[in-house]
Amino acid sequence: MKKFVLKRLGYACVSLFVLSLTIFLFVRITGDPTTLLVEPGASKADIDALKSQLGLDRPIWVQYVSFMSSVLQGDFGRSFYYRTPVLELYMSRLPNSLLLGLVAMAFSLLIGIPSGILAAVRVNGFWDGAGKIFALLGLSMPQFWVGLLMILLFSVYLGWLPSSGSGTPWHVLMPAFALGWYFAAAHMRLTRSSMLEVLGSEYVKLARLKGLPEALVICKHAFKNALIPVLTLAGINLVLMINVSIVVETVFAWPGVGRLFYEGIAFRDFPVVQASVILSGGMIVAVNLVVDVLYAWIDPRIRLGR
Amino acid sequence: MTTRVATLTLPWRFVAFRTHGLPLLPIAIIVVMALMAIFAELIAPYNPEIGILGERFKPPAWVAGGSDKYLLGTDHLGRDVLSRLLFGARVSLVVGFTAVIFAGVIGTLLGIMSGYLGGWVDQVIMRVTDAWLAIPGLTWAIFLAAIVGPSAMNIVIILGAVYWTRYARVVRGEVLSLRERDFVRLAVVAGCSKWSIMKKHILPNVVNSSIVLATLMLGVVVVVEASLSFLGVGVPPPQPAWGLMLADGKKGLMAGYWWLTVFPGTCIALLVLSANMLGDSLRVKLDPQLRQL
Repeated sequence: MKKFVLKRLGYACVSLFVLSLTIFLFVRITGDPTTLLVEPGASKADIDALKSQLGLDRPIWVQYVSFMSSVLQGDFGRSFYYRTPVLELYMSRLPNSLLLGLVAMAFSLLIGIPSGILAAVRVNGFWDGAGKIFALLGLSMPQFWVGLLMILLFSVYLGWLPSSGSGTPWHVLMPAFALGWYFAAAHMRLTRSSMLEVLGSEYVKLARLKGLPEALVICKHAFKNALIPVLTLAGINLVLMINVSIVVETVFAWPGVGRLFYEGIAFRDFPVVQASVILSGGMIVAVNLVVDVLYAWIDPRIRLGR
Repeated sequence: MTTRVATLTLPWRFVAFRTHGLPLLPIAIIVVMALMAIFAELIAPYNPEIGILGERFKPPAWVAGGSDKYLLGTDHLGRDVLSRLLFGARVSLVVGFTAVIFAGVIGTLLGIMSGYLGGWVDQVIMRVTDAWLAIPGLTWAIFLAAIVGPSAMNIVIILGAVYWTRYARVVRGEVLSLRERDFVRLAVVAGCSKWSIMKKHILPNVVNSSIVLATLMLGVVVVVEASLSFLGVGVPPPQPAWGLMLADGKKGLMAGYWWLTVFPGTCIALLVLSANMLGDSLRVKLDPQLRQL
């Protein structure tokens, strides 16, 4: 187990290393990074000062080492627009994104799990077909378009919900639904296939042979085990939601990290953009590591196999 | 089975939604959109980039206040929505298809090399793939677009650079099992060089998976292109792209100008839906191994 954890930890570190290297190289290959890192409207003297401060005349690997050492110390530079350290800015926005992600997750599970179970219980029936269509729609309608349509319906025509901003519980509903919509389809698909697998297993057959009512077999025996992979996926997706909500947060002016990323681009605030990508990658690598290790801990075949 | 389907009359095929095992409806939608894109100049009633400011925010023809001159209404600059949608199809399809093919070629080649050559080549390619997959495609695309600046050409390169990893991963897995098959071993014994084995024996066997993946990726790429344009880092205005139209439409959303949001979004959703449906059935037809993907 220890060996397995160390190996996975090594992979994660390599991933982060490659990631930081690509980000670093992309910024430098595609042109003069000073044009990105300098504030819009800076004077010639400012640009020269920044160049020597960044040490762009030094060999590229020296530049990389100094870039990495500041990143590892949590120093992503200062935002041009907000004039505060980028990390501080990011951390102040993270709780909002987390809230949005949690509500979106609740929506996606509330829609995805029951419809997935229904589709599995009535496999190849009407509800299965309806579920397939729903999943296709969920995967095909862009989240931000769903958001725009909801604004049109609930804010403009019905006037029930605020169209943008944050502050009250009402504000979170629409962005969360728009974000959760896509994931609901994925959760439905997985619930269905996981449920089908469990329903075909020996212990479910036994429960039926015992004469238990079908509802009890499904709700008490099958459901619990079918839920395990779905909840694992949900855990990964929660982190993903925080990191892919850029467009939805922009549509609803929700003050999360996605919106921060967008502002970074809109205001030509490059330190914010760069930090967002690095932190987003770090977060996802970390979650994948945790999931891998948890799986190995639960299932010895994984850590011993191969 | 195939003969029975082939003898069905055309109307019935439409009802059955299938011909030779392929769904007819999504193919029809993609073909119609492609025709719209190709003949946009001939069909479009107006110039998509120039509007008449006096004719701003005209609703579609069938709504009160709309006129027959503008079938689907006009936007905030008085540009004809129908004309913009037609030319927008060109942007979405050209960007979508080229990006998918570009990513597919890079990913397939690197996947084959990674799987067949093994060793340090495999290590390097797979570690880069792992690292790149750790960041959501949209985030990568926005980051790169922010660096290189917006243009349709740049978007294609960016999407290719972001999405080759998905192909590389799948293709490598296939190559690993192909490598152990008898026909490849025989080719080695017969003295074929590594390159000719990869070209003549491995490539033809992984092309199917790449095509399936490309069809499924088309939907993803179209959505990401639309998102980039929506955020203002994609296709630059005044070019008509569907994502850009949605961004413009948002300005009139609170005033209730619904047609600026509903029509472009419907086009995107239809194209993505078709690509997904086509990809799903191709997956089942061409490549049973990919079914669980």
